[in-house]
Amino acid sequence: MAGFLIRRLTGLVLTLLAASAVVFLALELLPGDAAQILLGTEVRPDTLAAMRAQLGLDRPAALRYAEWIAGLATGDLGVSQVYHVPVWDMVRDRLAVSLPLAVLAFILSTLLALPFGITAAVKRGRLADTLIMGFAQIGLAVPNFWFGILLILLFAVQLGWVSAGGFPGWEGGVGPALGALFLPALALALSEAAILSRMVRASMLETLGEDYVRTARAKGLSGSRIVVGHALGNAMIPIATLMGLQFAFLVAGAVIIENVFYLPGVGRLLLQAIFERDLVLVRNLVLMLSAFVVALSFLVDMAYGAIDPRLRRAT
Amino acid sequence: MKRQLGAFTLGLAILLGLTLGPAVQTPAQAKTGLIMGVTLEPPHLDPTAGAPAAIDEIVYANVFEGLTRIDAQGQVKPGLAERWVIEDDGMTYRFILRPGVTFHDGAALEASDVKFSFERAVADDSENAQKGLFSAIDSIEAPDDKTVILKLNRKEGLLLWNLGWGDAVIVDPASAADNKTHPIGTGPFKFVDWTQGDQVRLTRNPDYWGTAAALDAATFKFIPDPAAQVAALLAGDVDVIPNIGAPEAVAQFQADPRFQVLVGTTEGETILAMNQRRPLLQDVRVRRAIQHAIDRQAVIDGAMFGFGTPIGSHFAPHSPAYTDLTGVTPYDPEKAKALLAEAGVAPGTKLVMKLPPPVYARRGGEVVAAQLQAVGFDVDQIPVDWGQWVSEVFKGDHDFDLTIVSHTEPLDIGIYARDDYYFGYDNPAFKELMLKIDGVSDPAQRNTLYKEAQRMLADDAVNGFLFQLAKVAVAKKELKGLWANAPIQANDLTGVKWE
Repeated sequence: MAGFLIRRLTGLVLTLLAASAVVFLALELLPGDAAQILLGTEVRPDTLAAMRAQLGLDRPAALRYAEWIAGLATGDLGVSQVYHVPVWDMVRDRLAVSLPLAVLAFILSTLLALPFGITAAVKRGRLADTLIMGFAQIGLAVPNFWFGILLILLFAVQLGWVSAGGFPGWEGGVGPALGALFLPALALALSEAAILSRMVRASMLETLGEDYVRTARAKGLSGSRIVVGHALGNAMIPIATLMGLQFAFLVAGAVIIENVFYLPGVGRLLLQAIFERDLVLVRNLVLMLSAFVVALSFLVDMAYGAIDPRLRRAT
Repeated sequence: MKRQLGAFTLGLAILLGLTLGPAVQTPAQAKTGLIMGVTLEPPHLDPTAGAPAAIDEIVYANVFEGLTRIDAQGQVKPGLAERWVIEDDGMTYRFILRPGVTFHDGAALEASDVKFSFERAVADDSENAQKGLFSAIDSIEAPDDKTVILKLNRKEGLLLWNLGWGDAVIVDPASAADNKTHPIGTGPFKFVDWTQGDQVRLTRNPDYWGTAAALDAATFKFIPDPAAQVAALLAGDVDVIPNIGAPEAVAQFQADPRFQVLVGTTEGETILAMNQRRPLLQDVRVRRAIQHAIDRQAVIDGAMFGFGTPIGSHFAPHSPAYTDLTGVTPYDPEKAKALLAEAGVAPGTKLVMKLPPPVYARRGGEVVAAQLQAVGFDVDQIPVDWGQWVSEVFKGDHDFDLTIVSHTEPLDIGIYARDDYYFGYDNPAFKELMLKIDGVSDPAQRNTLYKEAQRMLADDAVNGFLFQLAKVAVAKKELKGLWANAPIQANDLTGVKWE
């Protein structure tokens, strides 16, 4: 187990180093200059030069990369070039929106996908299966931002139950904050649930066809005991992988939904930082999101190991 | 199985009840505050340290004030200076400051603050994006608490106008360094807080020197997505969007009795800039052909859903110095083809058109490209973001043939006299004319010269002159006192009130 851990952790660190180099290089090659964007087109050349110096853009790229990595090693993410606020402070505020949003969407998507996927598998070929898979097809085809707009039109504009967007902050209480996140989470969850329910169905069908399930049936166990007690556990391995990937996507990929609902989340911050060429902010955000995805897949791997001892030796 | 589905339904119901319950809106009460939806979040809140209009859209006239101010009609009005005397044949300006003006931290406004503000603006380490506004000022004196004397190094007919810009507001030496995150000015509203990514809140300044604001609070919410702006208005989350990003939705609001739509003018001349460093576009026949190929009204209808005024040169139609020159090179595709044939331009000649993010450029670009294709060009549309536009089109190698951009600075015809400006127009006669205008202070005489300058640009078909950008605001019906026009990029809330 220790060897497995060390191999995995080393891989994790190397992946992140590679990611940092790619992010840094991509930002260097990107046309556009933070100082110029900040100061506009009418600025005098000397003012521009002073701003570039202040932002550290006049120093060699290799040196700036080294400083960044050294800072990261000591836990210092630096200060946003545009907002003059420590990167970590900004990210922390945005995570307070994005993480709960992702968790809520994840819960909703799981709550939708598991029962529907299992039902479709058990009732394979029957009306319930056809209906559920039909809805899943629609869920896959509908872009989440469009679904989000539909939700806004119904619940905010027509019914007036919730705001069309924005986030009141956690200081105002958990209720209003969760209320503001519910529609965007639902919009995010729909397509994820569609993908996941198809996966659940396929995986369940596979395990339901296994010999041990037939044996269980032969023993006279009830249908639900077989499904929950015997089949679901083994069907969960591919499902868990997908769920891990989906959660990562929900945190990193909510850019569009955050725009539709004008939520102050990580995705919107990243987009804004790219437009403003806030290099410090962009590179740290991208690296943090990479770290998040890598760590999540690491956890999923660890979960496999826990589920199936054979995998510990095989990897 | 049934049990599980039951539990799931119950869980969902609990979640719905928990989340939707507390958010149900309470009945409307008499409104005293304002929530304004703005498209862009500013990087910081100091208008004297950066170019983004998003800064001025929050703080100009609300938090910060200058010696003069620009009003809704674009006229220069007294601001912190109660009055002024122009002496020495226009070479000296003596400003008398208003009595009883205090900054939001309680410090009194003194002449030395003005001296500090202007000297700070032009200092070597200043981040002021418009140092040119102050270039005529030779020295600043503050002989007593209420008098400021500006001595000029040349006559500057626009000095009072320049001092009304957001880049020239008066700041307090004690708080200036923190204005980016905690702005302290003299205006009718005080800064409360800024939740980054979400909103900036202001509150009424009870110690304001002038007429106190009718609103007791103002919140600026950042809503970049046009569809979200429309939804926020419809749901009542915001009271006004001063520049709606979705012109296609305006008809819906015009038909809705809960809303008013204000269509006004801006200083934004929207042009199809042509890179005259390219041999092809150096030929005036080719430039005229391009202008003849463009149906301005079709561009306005296609890109802006009809909002905008056709222009024939680089000047705002609402200006007293404006002259309508749209007839100089009217829409005439046959003439365009003939001119291209005469200039020896083969059909299928490629043109690269770089398009920045605003809707006028991206949608306008598609219409213009189709029109140019109709006369034989092969137009390659390349979408770019602003960072890319500045470094590839505006600066650097000027790697473009065509671009669509709105020049939003007021009274900016002088850019055509600049050496090595991005479209590369170089006409000594025009430069001479601009110098002549600088030395003239009589308004009538200036206007005549400005008209001459406009005609020169139209005759030369320097750029494809498309249309003057409109300002389209959507607000709740009961809201009064909003600016219809945008002579500067600001949302002056001084006179805004609920009816």
